[in-house]
Amino acid sequence: MKKTIPLLIVIVGGLIWVVWAFSPHYVLQEVFYNQFYLPWAYASAPFAMLLGVLSLTLMHSNKIKRRAPKWQYSYFFFASFVITCLAGFIGGIQKGGLFMWMFENVQMPMSATMFSLLAFYMASAAYKAFRARSPEATVLLVAAIVVMLAQVPLGVKLSKHLPTISQWILDVPNLASKRGIMLGVGLGSVATSLKILLGIERSYLGGD
Amino acid sequence: MSFELFSNLVGAFFTLCIFSFLYKDNPFYQAAEQMLVGISLGYGLVYTYNRVFVPYVWQTIIIKHQFVLIIPAIMGMLYLLRFSRKLGWLSRYPIAFSMMGVGMGVPMGIHASILVQMRQAMVPIETVNLFLIFVGTIAVLLYFFFSKAHTGIYGKFVGIGKWYMMIGFGASFGLTVMARISLLIGRIQFLVNDVVINGFLK
Repeated sequence: MKKTIPLLIVIVGGLIWVVWAFSPHYVLQEVFYNQFYLPWAYASAPFAMLLGVLSLTLMHSNKIKRRAPKWQYSYFFFASFVITCLAGFIGGIQKGGLFMWMFENVQMPMSATMFSLLAFYMASAAYKAFRARSPEATVLLVAAIVVMLAQVPLGVKLSKHLPTISQWILDVPNLASKRGIMLGVGLGSVATSLKILLGIERSYLGGD
Repeated sequence: MSFELFSNLVGAFFTLCIFSFLYKDNPFYQAAEQMLVGISLGYGLVYTYNRVFVPYVWQTIIIKHQFVLIIPAIMGMLYLLRFSRKLGWLSRYPIAFSMMGVGMGVPMGIHASILVQMRQAMVPIETVNLFLIFVGTIAVLLYFFFSKAHTGIYGKFVGIGKWYMMIGFGASFGLTVMARISLLIGRIQFLVNDVVINGFLK
């Protein structure tokens, strides 16, 4: 009951999915997929979001309770979460309301800035990591510089051939390496999926 | 002060709060960081409620009377028992239901990640570039094949795969940096154009 039935659900359901991918039969395409799986998946999915909310709420309330380092900032989390929820649930999600205003003027600027910060850290990390210590590191450095320069006007001014070289790097060696890696990832993910399907890999069920 | 300027000032304040981390970790950054998490979570919750829960759970069960969907809704609630020590095992049922999709991943994964890639790699080698792509793909694949020692002529051929990957990683790095730089330019343009020039100097 605790592990066997969930395992059976995965194995039997997974095998039905395998057959579904190969067979155009009405029972599989219409009854199983459209009438059973999709409505059931949509009906159970919203509660996974609640799990995320519960997890973060517990983490921050424990932080406040234990007076963990920087616990005061957890109040900012709760305040912004509650205000956003109230704005959305009471005021609605239409454009012009408080909910969308908060998204456009608080959430969006902050997340864009957060990602733009990475430009500085990537540059400093690259300086530390890329100092051409080996021929391989030099190749990586040169490829990165060529691709970056080719995208700015300065690069084109330096050499009119730079965009062509950059495009060749992206279309030939980059494509070959990505294709090789993609094939490896594909084989690995299929092997892992098969392990789950055959009940060999069970870590997703958790302990006990 | 117009409402648009007020909105831009709010955006500018939070932008500067995040940028302040470049100097050092400080209370403004910490507060803004937690607010970003809180607002994102609230946004996700409200959107999930409006776009998924209401049309696919509430309206389907209450208005369309498809009472059978009470079963997956209750099953979904079992997710929340994940934190219970005694009843935590019940959360395995919705997890198992979602893991069923792994079955679809097997044929789809073989098709998208293996067969399509192999078909694209097995074209007639008519140009130098196609030859280089073919050799590179084989060399990169062999680099991750550890059943044979990377020595001798085989080791040298496998080493070519490493060079190909270094060029690929360099290109990916360059593209990622440029994407982040364009985001940075966007934020600076917002501060300069929308706040300073169109806001204060207008």
